[in-house]
Amino acid sequence: MSIAPSIRMKIMTETGATTAAPVGVSVRSLNFFYGPNQALRNVSVDFRAKEATALIGPSGCGKSTLLRVLNRMYDLYPGQRAEGQVWIDGRDILAAGVDATGLRRHVGMVFQKPTPFPKSIYENVAFGIRLHEKLPRATLDERVQWALTRAALWDEVKDRLSASALGLSGGQQQRLCIARSIAVRPEVILLDEPTSALDPISTLKIEELIDELKEDFTIVIVTHNMQQAARCADRVAFFYLGELVEFATAEDLFTRPREKRTQEYVTGRFS
Amino acid sequence: MSESAGQHLVKSYEQQLSRLHDKVVEMGGAVENQLVEAAAAVLEKDSEAAMRAVEADPGVDAIEREIEQMVIRLIALRQPLAVDLRQIVGALKISTDLERIGDYAANVAKRSIVLNQYNLPYSLAGLANMLMRVQDNLKLTIDAVGDNDAEKAVEVWRSDEMVDDIYNAIFRELITYMMEDPRNITPCTHLLFIAKNLERIGDHATNIAETLHYAVRGEIILGNRPKGDTSAYAVVRHKDGTTGTDQE
Repeated sequence: MSIAPSIRMKIMTETGATTAAPVGVSVRSLNFFYGPNQALRNVSVDFRAKEATALIGPSGCGKSTLLRVLNRMYDLYPGQRAEGQVWIDGRDILAAGVDATGLRRHVGMVFQKPTPFPKSIYENVAFGIRLHEKLPRATLDERVQWALTRAALWDEVKDRLSASALGLSGGQQQRLCIARSIAVRPEVILLDEPTSALDPISTLKIEELIDELKEDFTIVIVTHNMQQAARCADRVAFFYLGELVEFATAEDLFTRPREKRTQEYVTGRFS
Repeated sequence: MSESAGQHLVKSYEQQLSRLHDKVVEMGGAVENQLVEAAAAVLEKDSEAAMRAVEADPGVDAIEREIEQMVIRLIALRQPLAVDLRQIVGALKISTDLERIGDYAANVAKRSIVLNQYNLPYSLAGLANMLMRVQDNLKLTIDAVGDNDAEKAVEVWRSDEMVDDIYNAIFRELITYMMEDPRNITPCTHLLFIAKNLERIGDHATNIAETLHYAVRGEIILGNRPKGDTSAYAVVRHKDGTTGTDQE
């Protein structure tokens, strides 16, 4: 993954960083506006490849907004605009002329509530692939199996691929959505509170999955659950009122945060 | 991260943390008192004080178990993070050190009962000095724990070296007495163990200071730990002029 040399400088230095993995997504001086309201203020942060980074902070702090910028979801809404740069694979995805649909092949997203299409399990995964690639049937079958296997769902659904996805449990549906995201082989996977609607066992399965997926992808996860961030993420970014307050390894941020606001938030003293 | 922290949004959590803190301070007070009794037992030949120090031990052990239970419950039910996590784990570690200090104080007291049967022909000034310093250090440590004061913790941490120096001097002095007259061996051995127990108390107070510093600041005290017990390398001089280590 090549990153423009000009943005190699580290603007925010994490504490306790060990080996520096290559940067998967590099956000530089990002400002974001919902009409007249500014939701992100001069955010610069590097999300490393083969790592999971968690974004935490109280409601309205800008963490979900940042996630939505990373695959230009905001394009769908008039009146929302981003300033700054987001570098993925050597390109500034905020630059004019970037094709948002093409971008979303590189940056997959999984939402809070499972969003399976009212189609068969197979079609849910194949659908996205067909949007971007024309594959012979056998290759498509292989890709669907690969994605379902990577999403730890294959064994549970292999005998009923043509059954409706809506018949799956919530946890299975969420893993199906993850399979759908990875089927197009993106570089980055964004997860927006992926387990908040799931029971604890399904949650742990997703967390285990995140652990496995980070071998291949840059993972950014928004979560309200601090224990989840502690369990899943290598690094954690704490946002407050649209600002990136602290960015550190999960270990440092949860055992000895540097900023008072972080400390108050993670210990439940935030008012 | 500074030590200032606001109130928890969940009041019951705040109360549980504060009860844990109070319990550790209570245990510290009990142990401090054990050492006061032990000191009186040695220096004033007060065997009743000695008995009180020994009898206080089960109570101290009980507080330790109580703290352990509180800590396990807090970790299981509250999933503490950051300063809370450090304070809770710190409470567990500090209670373990305090329990050891209590044991050593009780042991000093027990030995004093035996010592009181002897008429010692030499001064206990060195031991009195050591007792005073160890007591001061322990008091300062418990105060630091009570106030969550990382600065005071550093002070304790630094001052342990002096205790070690006195211990080394006492060690040599007692060996000399034992060489002079074999009848000194029994009381001097007890005195040696007493001095060693006090030296250990100093070390555990230093542990507590380190734990407290990390709990409050999230940082380990920097620098080499003052380590002054050199008695393991002490050399005695035989009458024929040859030398050998105390291990011989």
